[in-house]
Amino acid sequence: MEKDQDQILSDVTTGEYKYGFYSDIEMDRIPKGLSEDVVRMISAKKNEPEWLLEFRLKSYRHWLTMKMPAWPNLKIPKINYQEIIFYAAPKERKKINNVEDIDPELKKTFDKLGIPLQEQKHLAGVAVDAVIDSVSIKTTFKETLAEMGIIFCSFSDAVKEYPDLVKRYMGSVVPYTDNFFATLNSAVFSDGSFCYIPKGVRCPMELSTYFRINSANTGQFERTLLIADEESYVSYLEGCTAPSRDENQLHAAIVEIVAEKNAEVKYSTVQNWYPGDKEGKGGVFNFVTKRGMCKGENSKISWTQIETGSAITWKYPSCILRGDNSTGEFYSVAVTNNHQQADTGTKMTHIGKNTKSTIVSKGISAGHGQNSYRGLVKVLKNATNARNYSQCDSLLLGDKCGAHTFPYLEVDNQTAIVEHEATTSKIGEDQIFYCNQRGISTEDAIGLIVNGYAREVINKLPMEFAVEAQKLLQISLEGSVG
Amino acid sequence: MLIINNLKASIGGKSILKGISLHVKPGEIHAIMGPNGSGKSTLAAVLAGREFVEITEGTVTYLGKNLLDMTPEDRAKEGIFLGFQYPIEIPGVSMVNFMKTAVNEHRKHKGLDPLSASDFLKLMRDKKELVEIDSKLANRSVNEGFSGGEKKKNEIFQMAMLEPRLAILDETDSGLDIDALRIVANGVNKLKRPDNSFIVITHYQRLLDYIVPDVVHVLYDGRIVKTAGKELALELEEKGYDWIKKEIENNVTA
Repeated sequence: MEKDQDQILSDVTTGEYKYGFYSDIEMDRIPKGLSEDVVRMISAKKNEPEWLLEFRLKSYRHWLTMKMPAWPNLKIPKINYQEIIFYAAPKERKKINNVEDIDPELKKTFDKLGIPLQEQKHLAGVAVDAVIDSVSIKTTFKETLAEMGIIFCSFSDAVKEYPDLVKRYMGSVVPYTDNFFATLNSAVFSDGSFCYIPKGVRCPMELSTYFRINSANTGQFERTLLIADEESYVSYLEGCTAPSRDENQLHAAIVEIVAEKNAEVKYSTVQNWYPGDKEGKGGVFNFVTKRGMCKGENSKISWTQIETGSAITWKYPSCILRGDNSTGEFYSVAVTNNHQQADTGTKMTHIGKNTKSTIVSKGISAGHGQNSYRGLVKVLKNATNARNYSQCDSLLLGDKCGAHTFPYLEVDNQTAIVEHEATTSKIGEDQIFYCNQRGISTEDAIGLIVNGYAREVINKLPMEFAVEAQKLLQISLEGSVG
Repeated sequence: MLIINNLKASIGGKSILKGISLHVKPGEIHAIMGPNGSGKSTLAAVLAGREFVEITEGTVTYLGKNLLDMTPEDRAKEGIFLGFQYPIEIPGVSMVNFMKTAVNEHRKHKGLDPLSASDFLKLMRDKKELVEIDSKLANRSVNEGFSGGEKKKNEIFQMAMLEPRLAILDETDSGLDIDALRIVANGVNKLKRPDNSFIVITHYQRLLDYIVPDVVHVLYDGRIVKTAGKELALELEEKGYDWIKKEIENNVTA
């Protein structure tokens, strides 16, 4: 009763990070810093073939000519690349074949994160490729999937076992020259996931990767390559949590997706990396390049993301709609609380005829958070009857945060129909009081209202993930964490 | 049930309630009538715990407790329900989700386990029938895109779900057509029990054709100037509020 509204809002928006812990695992590291030797060392550590080393070196040399982009609406502290360790792997005792053989410390970490690594839980239908720091520890369900011809393994294994596929598709969607961070990734990427769905196969389970940054001062440079061959379908989940750190950690990943004729790919992300403390100290820098190519006719790629973590997020999951009648979708909820910053959105490039894209972006800003939507809808000359619908909503909690929208439209075809809608709203005192009067506390009311606001996006997630995402949204905006 | 003693309150430094005393016993229906600006809605806001109203003097005792010390949500869970004059829209939050959260908070307060999904849906169905509201309302977001009448019916539905000890209906009849008015009034009559009470705030007498009050108060310029039985409402309807105003002025000059 006496507590005033601002106080309540400030209480619920200064929640502590729930996943702040650090696992003590023996790591195999290389010296910090970046040079051609370091690139060679990474490649050698991983016993890579010559062609891949060449790809890395070519990328590294190109990276030296590039400058960090200055256009995002972000305040990024200077990153000293010579202070970063570019490769760290848990020391391998032997090849791991079953769950019992996994380092108990590592297992504890997974348990804390709630990753269902136990076989029986996998029967629930999630195949997990767990990535800790830089190397894939275990890929489950590999055999089950293999029977259907589905390849789901670490990127390193794919390089060894399916070099032709990797060579053919790697860099075909995100070229090594693409942007500063993608180029850096191409030079020093450590590991990641590889997935291939053969012609006509509908992947019977959700494929999932959990990323986690653990070792102090290690950058994480994941690389994911996902190929859906003709008439195939796959739903892929990516979830991230990282422990508390004092120094900023750099994460510059690449995700490449290729959808062939009539193929459909759903890619869902729940990102909850350490956002820094209440003063904005520490936290992960998340500079990710995610792009999908709708290569064949009638193909479809759908991105869904719930972004609640990271100190700085710089991320634009995009679709290149090359095949005629192809469809691209982007559904996003991005939360910035305390001193978090996010500049996120999408690019939809319409090349083929009758291509369609949908963008639904929901930003939530609290505390001193700054949230920017940046989106490009580009319709090329030959993209007859291209259609885009964009909706960008911003929700503000309190009066110290900010929401910004930067929509770019480039339309070179007269028949295109492009729509853009944007709204900004505040959680009203009246709404909170209405909930209070029905017996709902202010914290629960904010949770309810925020989840209601984000529902359109959360509904796009697979069921299990949706529940997790709802909790995460509430946690990231609440003071008391259970 | 509720004892208000010499309550004075102001909004933004402006004195609105100038010494109100009221005693509501279990099982009673009190009607509070009065012209616009007399302080009716402010009284409702004070009872529900709105923060913008500053209480300068007086006490409010509810079931033996000091009501003014309680948070709005605790008042709600202790059985106070406010039917809003202007119900609030909450986009994206379904009525089912909203009500489930509210009902389970009430249950938690009473030390009961949350209702299972099927029990909850059954409760919703029963109450919807009781207050004759359209099934579809419950599948929509809270009040979003509801007509004025639908919003008011939705308030009555929520009241039925939460089974309050003391329900305060703030001009629930305003803007209702005759059918909606009947539904709202029937809702109140069906929910009336010997152990719960209602304060019905209204500008017009017509709601009181359907809800028969035990006591009628007339609020004027922040004070209760007249209290009588249900016949007072009829008298008011006939003579208008000017009659009251004149009577007061006469008293002052006399």
